[in-house]
Amino acid sequence: MGVGIEVRGLNAYYGKLLALKSIDMTVAPNQVTAVIGPSGCGKSTFVRCLNRMHETIPEARAEGTVIVGDMNVYDNDPVEVRRRIGMVFQKPNPFPTMSIYGNVAAGLKLNGFRNRKLIDELVERSLKLAALWDEVKDELHKKSGASLSGGQQQRLCIARSLAVEPDILLMDEPASALDPISTSKIEELIFQLKQHYTVVIVTHNMQQAARVAEFTGFFLMGSLIEYEKTEKIFTTPSDKRTEDYITGRFG
Amino acid sequence: MSSPDPKDPSQKPTTAIPTLAQAASERKATERSSVLKRIRQTSPPSSRLPDDTFRLLIFLAAASVFAIVVFVVWELFDKSRLSLHQFGIAFFYGRDWDPVNDQFGALPFIYGTLVSSFLALLLAVPLSVGVAVYVTEMCPIRLRAIISFLVELLAAIPSVIYGLWGIFVLAPLLREYVQPFLAKALGWTGLFTGPAYGIGMLAAGIVLAIMVVPIVASITREVLVAVPQNQREAVLALGATRWEMIRMGVLRNARIGIVGGVILGLGRALGETMAVTMVIGNRPEISKSLFAPGYTMASVIANEFTEATGDLYLSALVEIGLALFLVTLVVNALARLLVWSITGGSSGRVRA
Amino acid sequence: MPNATSVAKPKLVSWFRRALNQGSSAFALASAVLVIVPLLAIFVYLLLKGIGALNWAFLTQAPKPVGETGGGMANAIVGSGLILGLASIVGIPLGIGCGIYLAEYAKGRLGDIVRFTADVLNGVPSIVIGISVYSLIVLRQKHFSALSGGVALAIMMIPTVARATEEMLLMVPNNIREAALGLGIPKWRTTISISLRTASAGVITGCMLAFARVAGETAPLLFTAFGNQFWNLNPDQPTAALPLQVYVYAISPFDEWHKQAWAGSLILIIMIVAAVAAVRITTSRGKLKGVS
Repeated sequence: MGVGIEVRGLNAYYGKLLALKSIDMTVAPNQVTAVIGPSGCGKSTFVRCLNRMHETIPEARAEGTVIVGDMNVYDNDPVEVRRRIGMVFQKPNPFPTMSIYGNVAAGLKLNGFRNRKLIDELVERSLKLAALWDEVKDELHKKSGASLSGGQQQRLCIARSLAVEPDILLMDEPASALDPISTSKIEELIFQLKQHYTVVIVTHNMQQAARVAEFTGFFLMGSLIEYEKTEKIFTTPSDKRTEDYITGRFG
Repeated sequence: MSSPDPKDPSQKPTTAIPTLAQAASERKATERSSVLKRIRQTSPPSSRLPDDTFRLLIFLAAASVFAIVVFVVWELFDKSRLSLHQFGIAFFYGRDWDPVNDQFGALPFIYGTLVSSFLALLLAVPLSVGVAVYVTEMCPIRLRAIISFLVELLAAIPSVIYGLWGIFVLAPLLREYVQPFLAKALGWTGLFTGPAYGIGMLAAGIVLAIMVVPIVASITREVLVAVPQNQREAVLALGATRWEMIRMGVLRNARIGIVGGVILGLGRALGETMAVTMVIGNRPEISKSLFAPGYTMASVIANEFTEATGDLYLSALVEIGLALFLVTLVVNALARLLVWSITGGSSGRVRA
Repeated sequence: MPNATSVAKPKLVSWFRRALNQGSSAFALASAVLVIVPLLAIFVYLLLKGIGALNWAFLTQAPKPVGETGGGMANAIVGSGLILGLASIVGIPLGIGCGIYLAEYAKGRLGDIVRFTADVLNGVPSIVIGISVYSLIVLRQKHFSALSGGVALAIMMIPTVARATEEMLLMVPNNIREAALGLGIPKWRTTISISLRTASAGVITGCMLAFARVAGETAPLLFTAFGNQFWNLNPDQPTAALPLQVYVYAISPFDEWHKQAWAGSLILIIMIVAAVAAVRITTSRGKLKGVS
């Protein structure tokens, strides 16, 4: 089951540049939240702060409080945090030297799973969750992760993240590099995943946000301008800037 | 004449009546083009001959490279014919090197070459990969250039100087401290027995290792840098420690290239002459212990070539040279293939 | 949709993984240190032992007969100069020519063959090249000579120079060539005055590096130039060379000669490091003269 996310006073820096200004946001369990905004507004940065990937960039750091479920993200070992928070990236990045099976099992092997039968079960389960099982079940060990189509690769990356049973799943523009059919498959997937996971998805595609998310947060120049039920943001936004972005006056 | 503004409904495109100014400029244009035509028609001083001559010279330069390789191979085969004829394949597993009685077997040298090179790789590869990983993944950015420069400097030191240092610094060190220690701690393996001379197979292996490190390290560094950043991120996001990220996200992807670098280092070690000759002891013996003196293919050529009395003697030495050539040829070709497949194209950066 | 309740939650980051992480960091750092240590050791010893024996006599005199103290390696320094000069005269033009061919004139297959051949030549052990040149020149002339030594070293320079030239020429943007050709400048002129001139800094770098590399080579000279205890400026005679002299002295039983071997090495290494440093400082890698 998913857990909730609580963000309070999150600031993020690239060197001296303040990229995120005092973000406050509360996400309910099993909720899909979309994060939208023009390029450079900080939406990717925000999401990468949630699983402490932001600080892997040299000279980058973050301050503030992020609580995922019962875990205070910035008080814990980043390795544990990243184990509990899954992430799917914009460009699918399966491991080219591993088979499909190997890719999904990678996270498990890292975390000390040795039982072959258990891993087999978990791999199958993750691939089913990612709606990829039927397409690859006969070639799990034969095909390499990189030999799949773009859409399949992304679902493989999703399966890989899900295999370690994260509490929440972060997605940074997961469909922007894919064709429309793969995109709609991914969106369907997100819709189903939310039964089990809390999902935060960054997207530059407002229609996508409208399709999959219950809540949407609008970022602009490092600040969270508005955070509302998706319907409300897209029909009667409270802030003029939100309205301008939605109607396409900028961005 | 200004181009029509599409938004202005009053300006409609019409076929314009040429004005006087227009006609004048058009006339000028045709005048210009006829001048140009005349210019083009008068051909410039013919550059055919110099062009062809230059082209020929350049081609000859390139052909000379080809010719050199051909002549190297030819001379090797030609001058070793006598020995090839005399001993045949038995040359390569004969254990007796007896110039006095015209008996020539190359096994001791093949053994020496292989053992010293293998030992060198055993020591050099972990160090080289370690340095490369340190420089690309762990090192503070400011140190990066300095350390790389220092490692490359190791490659610039001539072989004789390594040999000199080997004789007067390393060998005494081995003799006084390292060898006694190894004999006590690991003597039971049979690898560290016998009198401690200082010079010998162990010394040769160590010196070769130092000489091979820059090659393996710099190629490893190149292939590590070539691994895309998103692979590292993918592993981190699964909850990996830094070492695990390096192992699964970087080293795994760079495997093939690293192997290529190692093989290239092997090629270098096989052909290395002076430093090895100065510290290996130069005795054609096959011995299990690393303390014993040995002899490599390159060393025996270096030592005995100018003293070789008799055609068979010389021919035997040339045959060893031929064998050395063929082995390094295969090894280097294999290495290049592997490295190119990772870095995509020539990684023949100019190196000291 | 399968049941997503957890099948098993393992303990998270174990102490073992953490220990391995620390250990590998330590190993990497240790490797870096371990690799730098011999480098420093060699340089320190060279300086200490070399400076002691370096004196004016060393730099100006030829060796004294065996057993006598004093004398120097001046003949070897000059001899090296002669041999390297000969090597450069032969090797650099051929190398640059080959590089020009690969960059400007070669088409597909033929170019690949030449490139591959240059790589093969690069990998041939230097002693084998010595054997071949001995066979070709020394045997025919029936004596050793600086010339044969120069040829051997030239053969070793060619691949490095050719590679550098090719790389640098390939970096010259094509629009410069087209501009020249469009002006009616013939191809050969374009190649020399435009392409080569633009790439000159990098090509010079390549030549200097090739020079530095062969300056320290001993093996190919063992049976070509052979060495000489006396002064010699005649390219047709056996000639002393610095690395060769160092080798002979180092393996000799005389302490005096050992000292001189260190001094000779010091000079050799100064020369080479100066060349490498000059290359690094004056041209940042890959920078082309006149192209921003």
